[in-house]
Amino acid sequence: MPDSNPLDPEQGPIAPGGGYGAGMDLAASDADTLERPPGHGQEPGGPAGKPRSLWSDAWRDLRRNPIFIVSVLIILFLVFISLWPGTIATQDPLQANLLKAQAGSEPGHPFGFDQQGRDVYTRVVYGARASVTVGVCATAGVVLLGSVLGGLAGFFGGWWDAILSRISDVFFGIPVVLGGLVFLSVVTNSTVWPVVGFMVLLGWPQIARIARGSVITARQNDYVQAARALGAGNSRMLLRHIAPNAVAPVIVVGTIALGTYIALEATLSYLGVGLKPPTVSWGIDISDASSQIRNAPHMLLWPAGALSLTVLAFIMLGDAVRDALDPKLR
Amino acid sequence: MTTAPRPTTPEPSDPKPAAREPILQVRKLVKHFPLTQGIVFKRQVGAVQAVDGVSFDLFPGETLGIVGESGCGKSTVAKLLMNLEEPTSGEIIYRGEDITKLSGRALKTVRRNIQMVFQDPYTSLNPRMTVGDIIGEPFDIHPDVAPKGERRKRVQDLLDVVGLNPEYINRYPHQFSGGQRQRIGIARGLALRPEIIVADEPVSALDVSVQAQVVNLMERLQDEFTLSYMFIAHDLSIVRHISDRVGVMYLGKIVEIGADEEIYSHPTHPYTQALLSAVPVPDPQAREYRERIILQGDVPSPADPPSGCRFRTRCWKAQERCVVEEPLLAVPEVFRGTAGPAEHDSACHFAEEKQVVPPEE
Repeated sequence: MPDSNPLDPEQGPIAPGGGYGAGMDLAASDADTLERPPGHGQEPGGPAGKPRSLWSDAWRDLRRNPIFIVSVLIILFLVFISLWPGTIATQDPLQANLLKAQAGSEPGHPFGFDQQGRDVYTRVVYGARASVTVGVCATAGVVLLGSVLGGLAGFFGGWWDAILSRISDVFFGIPVVLGGLVFLSVVTNSTVWPVVGFMVLLGWPQIARIARGSVITARQNDYVQAARALGAGNSRMLLRHIAPNAVAPVIVVGTIALGTYIALEATLSYLGVGLKPPTVSWGIDISDASSQIRNAPHMLLWPAGALSLTVLAFIMLGDAVRDALDPKLR
Repeated sequence: MTTAPRPTTPEPSDPKPAAREPILQVRKLVKHFPLTQGIVFKRQVGAVQAVDGVSFDLFPGETLGIVGESGCGKSTVAKLLMNLEEPTSGEIIYRGEDITKLSGRALKTVRRNIQMVFQDPYTSLNPRMTVGDIIGEPFDIHPDVAPKGERRKRVQDLLDVVGLNPEYINRYPHQFSGGQRQRIGIARGLALRPEIIVADEPVSALDVSVQAQVVNLMERLQDEFTLSYMFIAHDLSIVRHISDRVGVMYLGKIVEIGADEEIYSHPTHPYTQALLSAVPVPDPQAREYRERIILQGDVPSPADPPSGCRFRTRCWKAQERCVVEEPLLAVPEVFRGTAGPAEHDSACHFAEEKQVVPPEE
C-alpha cells in the first residue's frame, strides 16, 4: 500500500552506513553491500507504486492536509460569493435607510446597519467581489512579474541584473499613497483594473528582490552545476532545479502581501482615487467605519473580519503549499 | 550498455602508461579570475591566477590523482575540464578535439563522455527531487541514451551498481547518509556511460569509515566500466591508494607529476617532500625516525604570486636562480637518463631525491 502512514519508521531516515568495521583500513574488503539496511525488500511505499516526483508527492501530501482543505474551501466560498453574491444576500447593498443609521443587528439584518443605514451583511457579501479581485489579481501580477524579472536577474546576473536592480530601486522610491494620487487621479475608469495595475506597477520590486536573492542562493548549489555538467540548458536548470528551491520565500511574502493590497485599496478609496461608489468593497467600508469605531464597532468588525478571513485563507494555502514542496517535512 | 562500442583499453595497472594514446590532453591551461573595482565602470585591478599553465595527460583506464593544499587550483582544474568555467587560455583535447571551444550540440555530446562527482554530497543532490529523478535526469537531457520505457529500469540498475537498494527510487536525498548520497552522485555520473569521471574531492566530506567504502566502490566501477578517473583530493593516503599516477599542485601549477610509486617513494620536488612528510605514519617505531619538513610562512596570494619559482618563498633550497628563472615541469637534469624511479617530471632547479615516507607494504 503506497499511501502508508508518513510516520512509519520504515519510511524514515535510513541509518548511516558507516561503522561496519571497514575502519581506517583503506584496503578493507568491499563493504559496499553492507550499506543496505536490513530487511530491504519489504519496503512500504517502495517499488510497488509507480515512480514519483516532487509534484505528485506534493499533491498527495496536500490532499491529506486539513489546513489545505480548509483554506481551499474558504477560498472557493469567496470565489462563489464574488461571482453570485445574490444567492446568499437577497437585499440591495446600495439601499439606504437613514433612520437605521449605525443601528445594531436585528432580525433579517444580522450584521446591523452602517452610517447611511445600509445593510452591513449585504455589503460584506457584495464587497467580496471587488476586494478579492483586487487582492488576488494584484498579488498574482506582482508575484508573476516580480519572480520572473527577479529570478532572471538573479540567474543571469551581470548587466541584466544591474539594470533591473536599478529600475526596481526607482519603483521602490515612489511613495505608494502619493504615487496612487498621481497615477489614479488621471484615470476615469471606475473598475478595479486601474487599481490592480497600479499595485502591480509599484509592488513587483518587492518580490523581485526576494526572488533574486533566493535564486542567487539556489544557483550556487552544486546540483545546479551538476545539471550543467550533464548538459542541461538554462530553462531546465531554472525550472527543475532553481525554481522549486527558490519559491518558498516568494510564496510567504506573496500571501502576506495579499492582505496588504486589499487594505491599500481601502486607503486609495478613502483618498478618492481607488474604487469609486457605487462599487462596493470591504476597503471602502472599513475606511468609512474606522472613524465610528466607538459608536458602532459592528460597522468595522464585519468587513474587517471578512478581510482577515480571506488573508488567513491565503496564508494557510501558501503555508501548506510551501510545506508540501519541502520533502524534508514529510 | 547500448552506447557506442568503445575500444578495449589496456589494464590500468600497465606500468608504463606513456606508451599509450592519452584520452585527454590538457595543454597550458590557464584560468585567471579578474579582480575588478567599481560598480558601473568596472576596471580590472588584477587577477587571481587560480590555474596558471597546467599540462597533463590522462590515459584510458587510469586514475590520475591531483593533490595539493586548499586554494592551489585543484577544483578549478576540475571545473575547467567539465566546461563549467571557461579557461583564460589553453587547450583541453579530448579525442583530438579541443573541448574548450565547443558549444551547443557538440559540447552536449562531449559532456556525455566526461562526468563529474562532486565534493559535497549534501549540496550536489537537489533536495527537491527524488533519487529516481536525480539519477534519471541524464536520460531526460540525453533522450537518445535510453528509450523512455527503459529509464526506470536503468535507474534501478544504476542504484544496484553503486550498492544501493533499487527500491529507494522514490526517496529524497535527505533520507540518506553522506556515504549513500555520494553513491547516488556516482550513479548519476555513471548514467551516461562516460569514459572519464572527474572526481573533485569525492570523499573529503565523508566519515573515514565511509571513505573506504566509496573509494573501493569507485575502484570496482573503474574495472567494471573501464573508466578513467581524475581524482582530486587533499588526502595523500587516499590518492596513493587509488591512483596510478599522481600530480602535485602548488599555487596554480603542477610542480611534480609521475607514477604513484615515483611520487610517493622517490619525490624530487621539495614541496612534494614537505607535503609527504606531513602524512601521518601509523607505526610509532617508524614515526621516530622520519623527518618532518615544516614549511615557513603561508601560501602566497594567487593574485600576486612570487616571481620565478612559486614555491621559492617557502623553500629551504631557494637561491638566486629561483627568483629569476621559473623552473619548467620536466625531468630534472640530474636524473635524465638514469631510468630510475626518480626520473619523472619535477619543476625544480635543485631537484634531489629524498625518501620521506616509509614504502608501502
